[in-house]
Amino acid sequence: MSLNVSAISSLFSSDSQADKVVPPTGFTATLTLFSAAAMSFLAVFALALSLATGRLAERWGAELARTSTIRISAPEGQLLAQTEAALRVLETTKGVLSARALTAEEQQALLEPWFGPDLPLEALPIPQLIEVIEEGDGFDAEGLRLRLSAEAPGAVVDDHTRWCRPLVRAATRLRMLGLFSILLIGLATAAMITLAANAALAANTQVISVLRLVGARDSYISSAFERRFTLRALSGAAVGVGLGCLAVFLLPSAQATGGFLTGLGFQGWHWLWPAIIPPLTALVAFAATRTAARRTLGNMR
Amino acid sequence: MIELENVGYSYGGGELLSDISLKLQSGSFHFLTGPSGAGKTTMLKLCYGALIPTAGHVRLFEADVRDLERDDVAMVRRRVGVVHQDCQFLDHLTVADNIALPLMVSGGDLLAESANLKELTNWVGLTNRANAYPPELSGGERQRAALARAVIMSPDVILADEPTGNVDWEMSQRLLRLLVELNRMGKTIMIATHDLALIRAAKAHVQARVLRISNRRLQLAGADL
Ligand SMILES: Nc1ncnc2c1ncn2[C@@H]1O[C@H](COP(=O)(O)OP(=O)(O)OP(=O)(O)O)[C@@H](O)[C@H]1O
Ligand SMILES: [Mg+2]
Repeated sequence: MSLNVSAISSLFSSDSQADKVVPPTGFTATLTLFSAAAMSFLAVFALALSLATGRLAERWGAELARTSTIRISAPEGQLLAQTEAALRVLETTKGVLSARALTAEEQQALLEPWFGPDLPLEALPIPQLIEVIEEGDGFDAEGLRLRLSAEAPGAVVDDHTRWCRPLVRAATRLRMLGLFSILLIGLATAAMITLAANAALAANTQVISVLRLVGARDSYISSAFERRFTLRALSGAAVGVGLGCLAVFLLPSAQATGGFLTGLGFQGWHWLWPAIIPPLTALVAFAATRTAARRTLGNMR
Repeated sequence: MIELENVGYSYGGGELLSDISLKLQSGSFHFLTGPSGAGKTTMLKLCYGALIPTAGHVRLFEADVRDLERDDVAMVRRRVGVVHQDCQFLDHLTVADNIALPLMVSGGDLLAESANLKELTNWVGLTNRANAYPPELSGGERQRAALARAVIMSPDVILADEPTGNVDWEMSQRLLRLLVELNRMGKTIMIATHDLALIRAAKAHVQARVLRISNRRLQLAGADL
């Protein structure tokens, strides 16, 4: 298969003569238009999914790498002492950039979504939280636990990785699924266009043999079909992508509740990604039609 | 131009042609006769590269057909005008477009050739049928259109398979005159026909060799023709 530049550019230099000698290809053309549109519509969502999950995995992965929390639960009298002890330990721990105890207000703010703003924090035995910012590859959680158990027995190292890692894995997996869907969509599009092109070619064997008899080159005959199917696929895909983007754009935003669904969409220049779908579809159609045409032509002299 | 050397052609049903040698010299005029099913059409197909011989060699413009690439075959078709027995038109194009088809597929300039095309259409008497579609034509009109299409590229060789098969005597004389005229212009002509009266009529105008396929062999026909 030679997908050279001149072959592709010849697609766009409309050769009305070559288009005329091949009769209208009827339902196969409509089929191509429709399947290209439908598949591109789906591809937009698969693309949005993999971009969003990619962003999610990245964000969670970054958080995972950078911060963790140490929680100190101790009888009221010891809380302050143990907190200071823990901070001292952290100062000398490799992989810790900085550590600081959260203020009462910050703790209150953290709890607010669950208990409301009027929580009498002082009256409750709330553990003290220490926010640890890591550097490099982070600290050795097991070693830290051991050292803390001596100095501040009430300290619990809350390893974010415990809950974050499966989420990152899930997001990464989803992203793979998204990319895999795009691949499947591409293959299905190629299959459908091949079927349509084969049907069109089979319906036109008589025409093709007459064209050969009067001295048409294979490239002339084949490009008449290529042009037709490529342009149909291109315009179908453009419509599908347009509708798909509109649908993504109109997805209700649920910024406040955050989470996964709000992320499904394109951000910034990522809106340009869907633009590659129509040319890619056209390329797939071009290759599929050319293969089908060359095969049909190979059977006649 | 076209040269057959000890050519044999067999298909599933057996041997149809055997040990045929023939040289079509430039400017020559040949008739090819023989009973129906003798292999006239088959031999013409061998002469324009539509079939490959199962024995011997066919050389088209010095090149062995077996060595021709697909694009070379296309080039040969542009130098050999063929009037097919069943005409072979594109039914969705007008008569004028069908006549111009070899020009179209070879990327010729239709505009520049339009005068030529008109003249040719007139020459075969189809001017008022130019915008009709092939299925609307009579047998004789189809054959004249096929002849016009065969000569539009001004080919060196014209191979005509039963060009007068569907027409009355008058029309067949007219078609013959067209072919004789082309021969005078230097074209090499071979006509397959079993119309012996046509051959006799032609001999009054042109120096023609008459070949006959009989029992798979090619022979020179007797002096009665
Ligand atoms: N590939 C093939 N397969 C089957 N039969 C074939 C094949 N090639 C030729 N034939 C047979 O060979 C015979 C000769 O065919 P051909 O068309 O050459 O005859 P013809 O002399 O042109 O006859 P007509 O005068 O009726 O046109 C026919 O019986 C045809 O069916
Ligand atoms: Mg015949």
